[in-house]
Amino acid sequence: MNKILGIIILGFLLPQLSLSQKIKGSDTVLPLSQKEAEVYMQKHPEATVTVTGGGSGVGIAALLEGTTDIAQSSRRIKFDEKNKLKNMDKEVVEVIVGYDALAVITHPSNPIKKLTREQLEGIFRGKIKNWKELGGEDLRIIPYSRETSSGTYEFFKESALRYKNYMNGIMSMPATGSVIQSISQTRGAIGYVGLAYVNPSVQAMELSFDGGKNYSNPLNTETSDVIYPIVRPLYFYYIQKEEAGIKPFLDYVLSDEGQQLVADLGFIKVK
Amino acid sequence: MRKIRKIIEKIVEGILTLSGMATTLIILLIIVFLFKEGFGFFKSPVVEKGYEVCLNSSNTVDKLSSYQIKQIFDEDITNWKEVGGADAPITPYRFEYLFEQYDEADFGEEYKLLPAKIAEIIKADPNIIAFMPTKYVPQDLSIRTLPRENFGFVDFFFGKEWMPTATPTAQFGILPLILGTLLVSITAILIALPLGLGVAIYLSELASKRVRKILKPVIELLAGIPSVVYGFFGLVVLVPLVQDWFNLPVGETAFTGSLLLAIMALPTIITVAEDSMRNTPRAMREASLALGATQWQTIYKVIIPYAKSGISAAVVLGIGRAIGETMAVLMVTGNAAVMPTTLFEPIRSIPATIAAELGEAPSGGAHYEALFLLGCILFFLTLIISISAEVISKRHPQN
Repeated sequence: MNKILGIIILGFLLPQLSLSQKIKGSDTVLPLSQKEAEVYMQKHPEATVTVTGGGSGVGIAALLEGTTDIAQSSRRIKFDEKNKLKNMDKEVVEVIVGYDALAVITHPSNPIKKLTREQLEGIFRGKIKNWKELGGEDLRIIPYSRETSSGTYEFFKESALRYKNYMNGIMSMPATGSVIQSISQTRGAIGYVGLAYVNPSVQAMELSFDGGKNYSNPLNTETSDVIYPIVRPLYFYYIQKEEAGIKPFLDYVLSDEGQQLVADLGFIKVK
Repeated sequence: MRKIRKIIEKIVEGILTLSGMATTLIILLIIVFLFKEGFGFFKSPVVEKGYEVCLNSSNTVDKLSSYQIKQIFDEDITNWKEVGGADAPITPYRFEYLFEQYDEADFGEEYKLLPAKIAEIIKADPNIIAFMPTKYVPQDLSIRTLPRENFGFVDFFFGKEWMPTATPTAQFGILPLILGTLLVSITAILIALPLGLGVAIYLSELASKRVRKILKPVIELLAGIPSVVYGFFGLVVLVPLVQDWFNLPVGETAFTGSLLLAIMALPTIITVAEDSMRNTPRAMREASLALGATQWQTIYKVIIPYAKSGISAAVVLGIGRAIGETMAVLMVTGNAAVMPTTLFEPIRSIPATIAAELGEAPSGGAHYEALFLLGCILFFLTLIISISAEVISKRHPQN
């Protein structure tokens, strides 16, 4: 009797142990993981990959608790999170599955097409107030930012402003869509959005983070030799001991086919 | 038979009393919760818990306000002289710089070497100001941490900067938010009042029965449109219009918000004002007309004075609707927390701030508590408004 019960229980557990994976974390990575999981499951009907969002911190916390197999994250794991995992005797493995770039956008009629990081910092910190100062027409600069709760807000602050704070009273929009809408109808506007969202109603700026020596355009990051400066890696984190179960999916994501999906979604490929 | 009915009545009474008491209790508990969370703010430290601002001990500065710390790290204050120290340039140093300067491997197993590294950096530069996690602050005589301070009432109520995620010290000055909210709401009422009154007079006195039968439900329908829909309409239609009309650099302004809120407050104003006008006794109307007054004279000498209290209530209710409105304002006013100087600049309102920021404010932190405190202020504003609406509408219409 017990034997039969054991077999039944094992029968229920086995497929889940071997083929079901849970991915949790960042909302930025969410569309990517979802697409990858969808296509992967079509090819491997026996596998199930469940993807949920909630934010990078949520995903890593779930990894700590053991409630997810992979934590997706748009930021690097923090050192105290890594420490906690280490204390629990879990070695965490980091995999970069793609890159997300932030495009700096302006109104399409703006004659200025290039900016340096110093100029960007000046604009978003309120030190440069008129396009005239940058060689453009006599027009007030209207910088648009995201709400403080957005991960994009923090990322732009880290990379373009070098951790300094935005100017007091910057326009803050509740969503990427409204940033684009506002910029497309305001002549002096400038703002930042994820590369995947750029459309013809706005123009993406070429940026230079080396004081104006090299400029690069976010829209041809694939072909350009100069690396576009405002780029953040998108990570998958998992526990080394559990690698065997995750491996097939991970390999698929990093394969040429998986990476093509990354590019199709408007992110940048690893290779 | 009678007995059973009595028992049933008793039970029904009991249930009603109970549900009434429970509801009241829940509402009271919500208010208590709101205030409890909010007032925790004044117990939170200016520098986030778990972090310290460190100085080289040769530095003589022993007190920096939250605003000064922020300005130093933003390189707006660049000399110690400006904050009462020696004449020397300030070197701000953030924790993140460590990871750019050194390889993670340099910090050793579980970051055991990190405090030593920090000590080395702080010792090397007498003009440094470093923002570090408390956990890694080295115990060293040549390093001093600034004493902890809490947020004060004056900083909160009269501070002019709302930057809740500024590092290392967040700024919670709500003056721009309160002024922004009041500016938008009051302007909205100034726009909506003449329009609303006009429509109310037309509906109650001039319109034919058939027109009224169509118009009234249509206007009431306006009140049922979700505010996101209004907000989207505002962003796509009103914002570019306002920008064009006034030739502004930016269309998301306080005025755009007022215009949108005026449209949203109109149904309330029209309905309440029209009801009170139609309540004018027939005898008064007829007496006026019988004395030879024209219809217009009757309206402004008899009906409007009679309906005065109803009209005032309509105004107050309209303001209440405008002050509490969140989504539409969030979408069209630009949400820039600046002290409003004109109507044609972006502003940030209290409800929009709460809606946009509460989702990601870490629970129990200073930002979270500051948002609850904003909620308390909004609660008082609307409380005052509803009490005045009550008082005005209860006043007996005389003369």
